[in-house]
Amino acid sequence: MIDKKDVEYAAGLAQLKLTESEKEKYTEQIGQILNYVDKLGELDTEGVVPTAYTVPMKNVLREDKVTESLPREKTLANAPDQKDGQFRTPKIMSD
Amino acid sequence: MSTKYETVIGLEVHVQLATKSKIFCGCSTEFGKAPNENTCPVCLGLPGTLPVLNKKAVDYAIMAGLALNCEIADYSKFDRKNYFYPDLPKAYQISQFDLPVAQNGKIKIETEAGKFEIGVTRVHLEEDAGKLIHEGSIDNSKGSLVDYNRTGVPLIEIVSEPDMRTPAQAKAYLTELKLIMEYLAISDCNMEEGSLRCDANISLRPIGQEEFGTKAELKNMNSFSAVEKGLTYEVKRQKDILESGGEVVQETRTWDEALGRTISMRGKEEAHDYRYFPEPDLVPLEISQEWKDQMQAQLPELPRAKYQRFVTDLGLPEYDAGVLTGDRELAEFFEAALKDYNDPKNLSNWMMGEFLRLLNENNQTPLDSGITAQNLAKMLTMIDQDVISGKIAKEVFEKMYTTGNDPEKIVEAEGLKQISDQSELEDIVAGVIADNPEAVEDVQNGKDRAIGYLVGQVMKETRGKANPGMVNQLLREKLKS
Repeated sequence: MIDKKDVEYAAGLAQLKLTESEKEKYTEQIGQILNYVDKLGELDTEGVVPTAYTVPMKNVLREDKVTESLPREKTLANAPDQKDGQFRTPKIMSD
Repeated sequence: MSTKYETVIGLEVHVQLATKSKIFCGCSTEFGKAPNENTCPVCLGLPGTLPVLNKKAVDYAIMAGLALNCEIADYSKFDRKNYFYPDLPKAYQISQFDLPVAQNGKIKIETEAGKFEIGVTRVHLEEDAGKLIHEGSIDNSKGSLVDYNRTGVPLIEIVSEPDMRTPAQAKAYLTELKLIMEYLAISDCNMEEGSLRCDANISLRPIGQEEFGTKAELKNMNSFSAVEKGLTYEVKRQKDILESGGEVVQETRTWDEALGRTISMRGKEEAHDYRYFPEPDLVPLEISQEWKDQMQAQLPELPRAKYQRFVTDLGLPEYDAGVLTGDRELAEFFEAALKDYNDPKNLSNWMMGEFLRLLNENNQTPLDSGITAQNLAKMLTMIDQDVISGKIAKEVFEKMYTTGNDPEKIVEAEGLKQISDQSELEDIVAGVIADNPEAVEDVQNGKDRAIGYLVGQVMKETRGKANPGMVNQLLREKLKS
């Protein structure tokens, strides 16, 4: 099982601010999901090679050829703020 | 007795690969374009896009792994390294976690203290992040500007074992690594432009203790000297703390070149928990024996091997071999000239003397200069065949350097041909004898050194063009009687 601290930690890494009631709700919900996934542990995987992939594909590669980039207006079209052809962010370091 | 400490250093080196296009999209990797001109939906991390791996980047990573004596993986994959920072548009970097392209290598290095072997833990592929410009310093800026041109440029990260014991060893390791990458021609290795970057883990432990001390991670060392200076500073800082009974704090520190010290970045970064997981947008990489063999066949002769061959087969002194192989262009130039001129030591003398002097004065590399290997070989042959004197050759060499002209044409056009004509020299020698009765008397009184003075006068008269051997002989004949 997970507890509220795990949820707070994960929320912190994801930069999410949760209310107390959200923390409780997610602790329960995520706990249920993890319990469900734990069922996989009941399977006998002796001799099965671990994999991270579900499709039987490998080595999808491209040749080292330059293709056209986006026009810069398009690249910056959705930027909330921009300056001199660059994205502009708010202050990065908190005080 | 106070405790004696031993330094333990490991390096993480990022090398930008010299592919034409980025690692997962076709955007150009060209340096110096206007901000955000080399971007597309893939490297900007827009929803719905899919990365496709650049084969050349894998080729280069395999070559690097082979050159560093690594085992190349049969099966490799990519993983997401998750963190938030504005230079990372996807909020994750595609990197490799548990199955890098290459592992378990080693290289040999040499310092004044001797020869050492440094282990290479792994070589893995990843994408570079963008470039941030803060408005003011990072602490007090109101905002930052982001250029994503560099985002997605292929990198290899080369992680060493904690095998280095001194800053000098760290510098030697980095130098050797850079040289190997240059010989492989897989990166331009320009530290100032950031195509070669070095971070260090450094800690101290009492001599004899097995367990490592608490380490600091040192960043922002942008030159070879900065690496050595930053590490030397850090050794002293940690030693002072330990000797006064304190404890070293595990943290990231940045080298401040202007202040000449390292500064804590504590509190300026989040706890490291990158939550690596397999990149679901890419399929795994299987590297067949055939692929490995192909890359092996493409490896050039590496610097150590070339050095050994120059010493053993060409009979060059170790110093010469070190200088010549310490720069790929210089080594290639030397070997090209050697094809037309088979006196390695004489060729080496000219390259390490006149050539390096001019290259350093003009801040150029061999390929920038007007001299070709063929022309240098031709000029040295002209000296050996008494067409020009060694002294005049220096003048010819400078002209070759600046104009790129053929030495024969320079000698012809400037009338620099050595005077070896017996009767012409006899006249000049007679004149010099007549003009220098004192020196002549000295010679006749057995002061052999005065001959040198007279030879010098003849050389002066002929602006260095007289054949010195013949002049010497003529003078001796004339003054004997």
